Amino acid sequence: MDQFQVKALFGGDVSWYTPTNVTLWMALTVLAATALMVYGARGRALVPSRAQSAAEMTYGFIYKMVEDVAGRDAVRFFPYIFTLFMFVLFANLLGLVPFAFTTTSHIAVTAVLAFTVFFTVTALGFILHGTKFLKLFWVSSAPLPLRPVLALIELISYFVRPVSHSIRLAGAMMAGHAVAKVFAGFAAALGAAFFLPILAVTALYALELLVAVIQAYVFTILTCVYLKDALHPAH
Amino acid sequence: MAETAASGPGMPQLDVTTFSNQIFWLVVTMVVLYFVMSRVALPRIAAVLADRRGTITSDIAAAEEYKLKAQQAEDAYHKALADARAEAHRIVEAAKADIQAQLDVQIAKADAEIAAKASESERRIREIRDSAMEMVSEVSQVATKDILESFGGKADAASVSAAVAARLKAGAAS
Amino acid sequence: MEGDIVQMGAYIGAGLACLGMGGAGIGVGHVAGNYLAGALRNPSAAAGQTAFLFIGIAFAEALGIFSFLVALLLMFAV
Repeated sequence: MDQFQVKALFGGDVSWYTPTNVTLWMALTVLAATALMVYGARGRALVPSRAQSAAEMTYGFIYKMVEDVAGRDAVRFFPYIFTLFMFVLFANLLGLVPFAFTTTSHIAVTAVLAFTVFFTVTALGFILHGTKFLKLFWVSSAPLPLRPVLALIELISYFVRPVSHSIRLAGAMMAGHAVAKVFAGFAAALGAAFFLPILAVTALYALELLVAVIQAYVFTILTCVYLKDALHPAH
Repeated sequence: MAETAASGPGMPQLDVTTFSNQIFWLVVTMVVLYFVMSRVALPRIAAVLADRRGTITSDIAAAEEYKLKAQQAEDAYHKALADARAEAHRIVEAAKADIQAQLDVQIAKADAEIAAKASESERRIREIRDSAMEMVSEVSQVATKDILESFGGKADAASVSAAVAARLKAGAAS
Repeated sequence: MEGDIVQMGAYIGAGLACLGMGGAGIGVGHVAGNYLAGALRNPSAAAGQTAFLFIGIAFAEALGIFSFLVALLLMFAV
């Protein structure tokens, strides 16, 4: 579990402003995202280079997702959603580097991200629609006696959203890294048959690469879904 | 993991003392990343994409124009071809009509000649026949008179010629 | 002695909580299988529905992650 330990970079205790390995890997995340989106796309070529093409595809992918899932009027939140996606994606991918610290495996980090989304979306819903936003919980297509029950369920599921939103990401990241470490521990314990766990770790690593990207995608698309509920609360 | 049970929470994720540090650096990171993305990266990529879309649209328009021009050229070619064909047709028709007219004149002339020759021939045939008829009646009268005289009868020239004429008429009628 | 019994209970509970992950696996399999069945029936509509596929998988998976979390909490936090 010490791969998840928060440590001060230059020794000493961890207070709120101490530069820690969290600081280091978050800075690297920003650098990686900047490298792709700014340095990679610096040519502004009409026929893009490989890096520029990757940057443009990422842009187009997220733009289309926001437009399709959250609606055309959600495009003004596109920079925010794009920032979320880039941060989660590069934090997940950099966490797979050996000896790296995975910032997104910490519940504190993902909880802040998820609760920011949750409060933004809730405030947005009330600002745009006033009390009509509460219609989100009142399923008008259901029979009348069922509606209070459904409203209760909807209300609970609404408040569980940020919890599941954050725990999903942190849990997936932490589970993958913990399992990789367990298999790596087997390699030392098995002696002559060490190659079996190493093969397993290799396969697991490929799976983790997939999970890193999918979790970033899921985090972003769920943000879009919540945003859609705030923009168009009617069922 | 047994020793972690003794030393407080075993999961670093649940170590509340590091939360403030993580949250502080996360906020810093997100703000920096947001400004880099929204101020630099995204407008630039959006501009590049819009630029490319504009170029593609104008290229497609230009291609459309060229296609139109090619279409026009093809139309002109087809028109010229049709004109030439019509002209050729007209010339053929004129030549045909010319030849027909000459042919008609020649045929008429030939017809006239043939008709003239035919009527001439007819006239001569009729003459020959008439003269033959005359000779037949003459010969018949002489022969009749001679026969009658040889029988010792006296032949009156008028009655003989009447009788012969009647007989010839009857023979011609039969 | 009493602490050992508590710890034993926590570990047993953690193992039981992991059963929930099997349920999440069944749920995710259901979502993906039904998506594939629908996609094979109408391949032209499949591309537009991948977002819902991932949303469905995410929701199904979230409950499995809750059980995983319960297991972790029992292991390390209780």
